[in-house]
Amino acid sequence: MNEIVKEGLILVGALFMLLAALGVVRLPDLLTRMHATTKAATFGVTLIMLAVALHFAQVAVVARAFGVILFIMMTAPVAAHVIGRAGYFVGTRLWERTLKDELRPHYDPLTHELKSGRECERNARYGAEEDAER
Amino acid sequence: MIGAAWNLLLGFAWVVLTGDFSGRNLLAGLLFGYLVLALIQPQVPALTGYAQRLPRLIGFVGFFLKELVMANLKVAFDIITPPWYMTPGVIAMPLQARSEFEIAFVANLISLTPGTLSLDVSDDRRVLYIHAMFLDDERELRRNLAEMERRALTLFH
Repeated sequence: MNEIVKEGLILVGALFMLLAALGVVRLPDLLTRMHATTKAATFGVTLIMLAVALHFAQVAVVARAFGVILFIMMTAPVAAHVIGRAGYFVGTRLWERTLKDELRPHYDPLTHELKSGRECERNARYGAEEDAER
Repeated sequence: MIGAAWNLLLGFAWVVLTGDFSGRNLLAGLLFGYLVLALIQPQVPALTGYAQRLPRLIGFVGFFLKELVMANLKVAFDIITPPWYMTPGVIAMPLQARSEFEIAFVANLISLTPGTLSLDVSDDRRVLYIHAMFLDDERELRRNLAEMERRALTLFH
């Protein structure tokens, strides 16, 4: 029983890693590719590390496996955010079927200022009303 | 934070005093430490709210794992099937979080869950710009994001 669970975890984990790699090749633009690499890869590593913890079942190994999971979960999104942000501001094109982009009008490429669109009183109030409607 | 440190210390003290260095005994020590802290909590101002926060943290981890699995299945499906079902876009999400640590925590969570990737925070820290993969139901997405942020922030207050 235990064997089957372990093998299943490793197989599914490896499958998600493969999906992450496929996603990088197949998806149309930088930002959607970053989606695939962060989520699928994090999930794959988590599953494989769980299988490792189950297999060895010693305190030292289990603690290290959970350490690996924790640090992957802390660092992968940061890396994705930094790469995605840099790519976006350098001016990589978004996919042509992208529905909307609420960042572009608030960004000033000369001063690198990024506004929130809620600076003055009126905008802030308008924003609050908009939120209330949702 | 102080509460968690005391809880760990009590757990280790239990392990050392009982002389049984197994994982199960450490777990028992942590549990007893938690009970003791919950008991003395009304007397010690520094510990206020610790006993309530820990169950919330565990509930949050469960909720987060569920979201993580759902997100992965959805993205995986779109990667392997030839037609694109996705409708990506960049949206602005108003932030409730104020301190740097809270914003970093929320942004990290957003990067890890349902087809969303945090791009940048505006200079005045009121808005987080997010790239979302599935914008077909924007209202629902915004509600989910707000719900997640609310849950995450209850861990700090």
